[in-house]
Amino acid sequence: MSPLRRAAGLLAATALVSAACATGGGSGTATPAGPSAAPTASQGASATASAAPSAAAVEIDWYHIQNNDPGKALWQELADEYTAEHPNVTINLNVNENEAFKTKLATLVQSNTPPDLFQSWGGGGLREQVEAGLVQDITAGVADWQDTINPGAMGMYQVDGKQYGIPFDLGLVGFWYNTDQFEDAGITEPPATWADLLTAVQALKDAGLTPMALAGGDTWTGAFYWAYLAVRECGQEGMDNAVVTGDWSDPCFVKAGEDFVELIETEPFQEGFLAAKWDGAGSGAASMATGNGAMQLMGQWLPGTVAANSDDPENPPEWLGWFPFPSVDGGAGAATDGLGGGNGFAVGRDAPPETIDFLRFLVSEDAANRWGALNTGILPTTVGTEGSVTDPQLVDVLAGRAEAEFVQLYLDQATTPDLGAAINEAVATLYAGTGTPESVAAAINEFAQQ
Amino acid sequence: MNSRLNPSRRDRLGRERLTTILLFLLPALILYAIFVLLPIVQAMRFSFFDWNGLQPLTDFVGLDNYVRALTNSVFQGAVGHNVFVIVLSLAIQIPFALGLALLLSRRFKGRGVLRLLFFAPYVIAEVITGVIWTLMLQPNGLADGLLTGAGLGDLYSPWLADPNTVMAAMFVIISWKYFGFHMILLLAGLQQIPSELEEAAAIDGATRFQATRYVVLPLLGPTLRVSVFLSMIGALQLFDLIWVTTGGGPVNASNTMATYMFDWGFERHQLGYGSAVAVILFIFALVVGLAYQRWVLRRDVDGALTGGAA
Repeated sequence: MSPLRRAAGLLAATALVSAACATGGGSGTATPAGPSAAPTASQGASATASAAPSAAAVEIDWYHIQNNDPGKALWQELADEYTAEHPNVTINLNVNENEAFKTKLATLVQSNTPPDLFQSWGGGGLREQVEAGLVQDITAGVADWQDTINPGAMGMYQVDGKQYGIPFDLGLVGFWYNTDQFEDAGITEPPATWADLLTAVQALKDAGLTPMALAGGDTWTGAFYWAYLAVRECGQEGMDNAVVTGDWSDPCFVKAGEDFVELIETEPFQEGFLAAKWDGAGSGAASMATGNGAMQLMGQWLPGTVAANSDDPENPPEWLGWFPFPSVDGGAGAATDGLGGGNGFAVGRDAPPETIDFLRFLVSEDAANRWGALNTGILPTTVGTEGSVTDPQLVDVLAGRAEAEFVQLYLDQATTPDLGAAINEAVATLYAGTGTPESVAAAINEFAQQ
Repeated sequence: MNSRLNPSRRDRLGRERLTTILLFLLPALILYAIFVLLPIVQAMRFSFFDWNGLQPLTDFVGLDNYVRALTNSVFQGAVGHNVFVIVLSLAIQIPFALGLALLLSRRFKGRGVLRLLFFAPYVIAEVITGVIWTLMLQPNGLADGLLTGAGLGDLYSPWLADPNTVMAAMFVIISWKYFGFHMILLLAGLQQIPSELEEAAAIDGATRFQATRYVVLPLLGPTLRVSVFLSMIGALQLFDLIWVTTGGGPVNASNTMATYMFDWGFERHQLGYGSAVAVILFIFALVVGLAYQRWVLRRDVDGALTGGAA
């Protein structure tokens, strides 16, 4: 159990890294170098392949970033199984660490030779690749099996209604809470509405507890509040419109800020939260681990990081529970809409048709079940495989995700790293007390229009 | 002694010596050109483009990046924080180091231990310093605990988490880290001053204060001026300590030009804009450096170079 736990922690850390792109890590975005590249071997192969898809030898260059076991081994097994069944297909595996992958992909893109199948986070990064003509429209190729994948996750890999990639993992941001402290404060039900949440905050304060831990020093954590409230207030249509057109002037974004200010005015956060990083000494995770913060709005990687900041780094505390972000009265969004992100694969422009078949195999029920059973924090997106995850804390997250028709991708991945950073920075002025809901919305809109 | 050689021989010797000098200089010059000059030129070039580091350099925007930086309130704030550290360093940190150096240049028991203790923070890596101070200043940390234990709990506040106090707190950390370095520099300077001069002053009836004020300090001038110079340049380039301790926050309240540049260049992938900020920082440091050399350091340097020829 303990090595598995360690791996879970590692993967959680990887997930954190991709989420921490809110601080601008970049979402693997890439733009073209111009139409000057010479045809490559794989392009030649693909030409032959399209002529006779089933018989001719085909090579698929596959880049993934699950560079730690057990995930790495599982991908290898799946590739071996596929090639055993399809002897004409050779799969060239390229395994890179997250940041190394981004660098490598940038190089490949610069030389105008995108891989056939590669890691993607969807959203704004994928959109840039689509606009640069580096990825394939696979809408027709996946038409007869697209229903087997979680629709919220699929949406992140669509650009203008066309499918360019397939997700195999989708995590969700929600409230992690200290069930013991909730009990001490006499709160019996996790808050279902924003008003309930404010009541719970007061109850916790009355019980002498710190209602929330916030890592204000890492501004992407605070931005989760605003982003979630925007999803509630603006709904899918409003969010899509803002992300695609760069027009953030809708009043619903001001409303989101006003809702957040309602919470901020109750002073729910731990002392000195403005300086707290997400992880490490004096961090939001450490705060929660030591009982100084009954709730924290965070992704599915929280248990591992809280554990790492406690006296039992291997095991997430048993008092950790999860509830979905509360509903907001009068908003355009559904109470079940989510905010999250995950991993998937995009199909390169020159990939042979077999790539789509291989991709289908990678997200098949069997493959997804095997991923889920590893309990590494990868939450499979194939419909009906959610039950394969057995870690009780991840099960709660999955239950919340199962309800979501629409999951908004983390704003810094849905847009660009610099707009994402501008959003984080603007939202931080709210809880630092230097900004207003209007000034935040205006700053974001102004930056997006540049 | 050159005058004893005939002119042609002198020329040949001169040429040979020049060749030797150039040959010895060459490796250093090449390295300097590749790793210092070229990047500076590159950064200047990038700073005229809107560029995210991936696409080709095509979006020429002229001086837009510079205008944007200089009119941006966050960048102006960062410049202000740099100036804040420079002014306080000169007003507090250097005088403090000077006082300690004067005290520690006297002979007394335990002098060596004290020198070692005061110098120790300088040896600790910036990153570790940042982490240690973060831990000490956080709520329920050492500072909080000590003050509360002494019944002064009300005096504590999470200084690093308050935009109004974060720079003052950072200045304390910076001073703690670097005063030992300036103290050692000044101590070395003090040791260069012959004790006879002080004795002579004493015989002439000067008090200890007068001897220090009118004999020691003027002679310490060159060291002091170098110390001030290093302190200013260090404050202009301030990065690691801030980045580790506050990351430039809360809400940009402790950004310096260097953290601002890193944030935009490498976190937000706006390499064109980040390069413009880097160039501004470079020009800032260059102007300060040259002006200081020209107006303040010149007499020391002149003395050293022209003294022999005269």
